[in-house]
Amino acid sequence: MTAVEFKKVDIVFGDNQQEAIPMVDAGKTREEILEKTGCVLGVADGSIKIEEGEICVLMGLSGSGKSTLLRAVNGLNKVTRGEVLVRDGDDLIDVASCDAKTLRHMRMERVSMVFQQFALLPWRTVSENVGLGLELKGMPKAEREAIVEEKLKMVSLDQWKDKYAHELSGGMQQRVGLARAFATDADILLMDEPFSALDPLIRDHLQDELLELQRNLKKTIVFVSHDLDEALKIGTHIAIMEGGRIVQYGEPEEIVLNPANEYVAEFVAHMNPLNVLRCASLMTPVSDLRKDGDRVILDKYDAFKVALDSKGAVQKVTFEDKEELPVFSFEADHSLDDIPDCNIVTASPEITMKRAIELRQSTGNPVLLSEEGVLVGVVGDEEIYQGILRQSSIADAAE
Amino acid sequence: MSGIEQWLVDHKIPVGKWGESFFDFLIDNFAGFFDAITDGGSFLIDGTVDMLLFIPSIVLIILITGLAQYLQRTWKLSLFVFLSLLFIVNLGYWTETIESLVLVVYATVVCMITGVPLGIAAAHRPWLYSLLRPVLDLLQTIPTFVYLIPAMTLFGLGMVPALVATVIFAVAAPVRLTHLGVSSVPKPLIEAAESFGATKKQLLWKVEIPYALPTIMAGVTQCIMLSLSMVVIGALVGASGLGKPVVRALNSRQIDMGIEAGLAIVVVAILLDRLCKQRNAPVDGA
Ligand SMILES: Nc1ncnc2c1ncn2[C@@H]1O[C@H](COP(=O)(O)OP(=O)(O)OP(=O)(O)O)[C@@H](O)[C@H]1O
Ligand SMILES: [Mg+2]
Repeated sequence: MTAVEFKKVDIVFGDNQQEAIPMVDAGKTREEILEKTGCVLGVADGSIKIEEGEICVLMGLSGSGKSTLLRAVNGLNKVTRGEVLVRDGDDLIDVASCDAKTLRHMRMERVSMVFQQFALLPWRTVSENVGLGLELKGMPKAEREAIVEEKLKMVSLDQWKDKYAHELSGGMQQRVGLARAFATDADILLMDEPFSALDPLIRDHLQDELLELQRNLKKTIVFVSHDLDEALKIGTHIAIMEGGRIVQYGEPEEIVLNPANEYVAEFVAHMNPLNVLRCASLMTPVSDLRKDGDRVILDKYDAFKVALDSKGAVQKVTFEDKEELPVFSFEADHSLDDIPDCNIVTASPEITMKRAIELRQSTGNPVLLSEEGVLVGVVGDEEIYQGILRQSSIADAAE
Repeated sequence: MSGIEQWLVDHKIPVGKWGESFFDFLIDNFAGFFDAITDGGSFLIDGTVDMLLFIPSIVLIILITGLAQYLQRTWKLSLFVFLSLLFIVNLGYWTETIESLVLVVYATVVCMITGVPLGIAAAHRPWLYSLLRPVLDLLQTIPTFVYLIPAMTLFGLGMVPALVATVIFAVAAPVRLTHLGVSSVPKPLIEAAESFGATKKQLLWKVEIPYALPTIMAGVTQCIMLSLSMVVIGALVGASGLGKPVVRALNSRQIDMGIEAGLAIVVVAILLDRLCKQRNAPVDGA
């Protein structure tokens, strides 16, 4: 079910909007529009559909319009033209055109926001800050306290509830910001570079925490970031923005494998592929492997050979035609320590490149990839090198 | 040259006459209104003075010392308050001090009641502030003697015209400081409240006023000090208080009386300043 949908959204800042809109339609750049009309183009023709439970990351350089698009969802920025549909029960409400009362309802019950600089009220304690949204709704104090307590526990700050914001570290302050956003039980969470003001270690930690919370709470998150690694780590979908326009929208791997233009390629060139590339796009498929009679050869030295049954399942793996290697089926909940020595591993083609490298290193053997018991491909040293090299060839192309 | 000058003098623009007839108009048509203010004001002020003077001075001094301890929590200051109030009694100006203090407090209350809402309104409406600013500048630059005349014309002699003149003189401070405080609330704080659905009213009471409070309180302090500085001028339109002996000393060249009354004013000024000082430095935003 759609949670948020942007439909041909244009956002123009300035007084001369009537004149600017036709220029937006003509596909003029932000600079041209600014020079001619004095208006700043925030977002042009933005269309994305975000499903419930997704984490959609808006990505782009500074000034590309990420915040502007995000803030249209709760009406902090006014939409010049187009619709921003936000789910409310069975309805989709157009927050760009709804009345003040409806907008207020959406802000109180449906959408909450986390800010880059935390935006905590300095004269309030941590728990008073977390209770802000509930207080504005008019919830009585006693009722509020129970919820605040619960949300503070969730971000493990219950010990700190009577402290003031400035007594907390940046990472803790942002956890307060998170708790405040969770407190109203809104299903849609807007996060404008929530971790950018934090140092890398804390940032990484909070990203993990957010993903963990997301697994349990199943919110729909619209997340702004200028860091592709962050976007790839937490996003289920990524929209890349340039000069107010969305230049590419898709799943992380799609963006990494097929950057839509130079600008996206430039971003991709500087990211770390290990967590993003999946073995499915890395492997040599079974059909491309050489054969030795009935057996499939896994590597270029003819060392590993696999015998398959009629359906294509792995039956027997031999090393240098003498030794038989036991096959271990590596599932998502296994750890590397679970693999017995001298085994060859089969895993899902959905595992990341990082995981494949770990498996390759831990077993010393290529990694077999099978789907529903059928061998679909293999990832060995060759494939891993190629994965890394493809990355650097994109980087070379972008430079 | 002198021909032009002669012509100018001969064709005098009757500004004074216009002003006078304006005030005549006010008195003729709104006498009841001004009388009511005068009567109500004097009743309130005199009543408060009488009530405070009914309490034995030593009891009142102890109460004020207690207030000082409550506000500032330093025994040194409380001791200083206690001793300096005793000193004023010793000088023989206790009654006058109470009268002046009551005037200062009422003036401050009126200033805050009018100035704070005006400052808030101006912070929300830039056009209103650009309208107000020249008026505020004017109020603070016109020599205070100038508005003693209309104040006296409309409200007669006594505490009320002094109160009116004091308010006109001091009201600019809370307006400016409230405007400053409210308009400097960091945008993210406002947006945070808005993003949770705050109404305009909630925004005002839960974000803007709490954020601006230290600045608004600085306005109270300024207002008190400005009001005190009007004590002597107020005496010219018949306000009783510490200004009276100063004016009398000036007219009759009684140096000793002038020194003592002046000293009492200085002591009161220092006391008020210390009492109003904010204990905590204002918290900064975001
Ligand atoms: N309230 C506003 N008034 C005028 N122009 C604005 C306003 N808000 C944003 N802009 C302009 O719109 C453009 C997009 O800004 P936006 O804040 O969305 O960028 P961003 O992608 O979030 O960048 P950053 O990473 O720096 O936060 C910028 O050129 C900015 O100057
Ligand atoms: Mg931004």
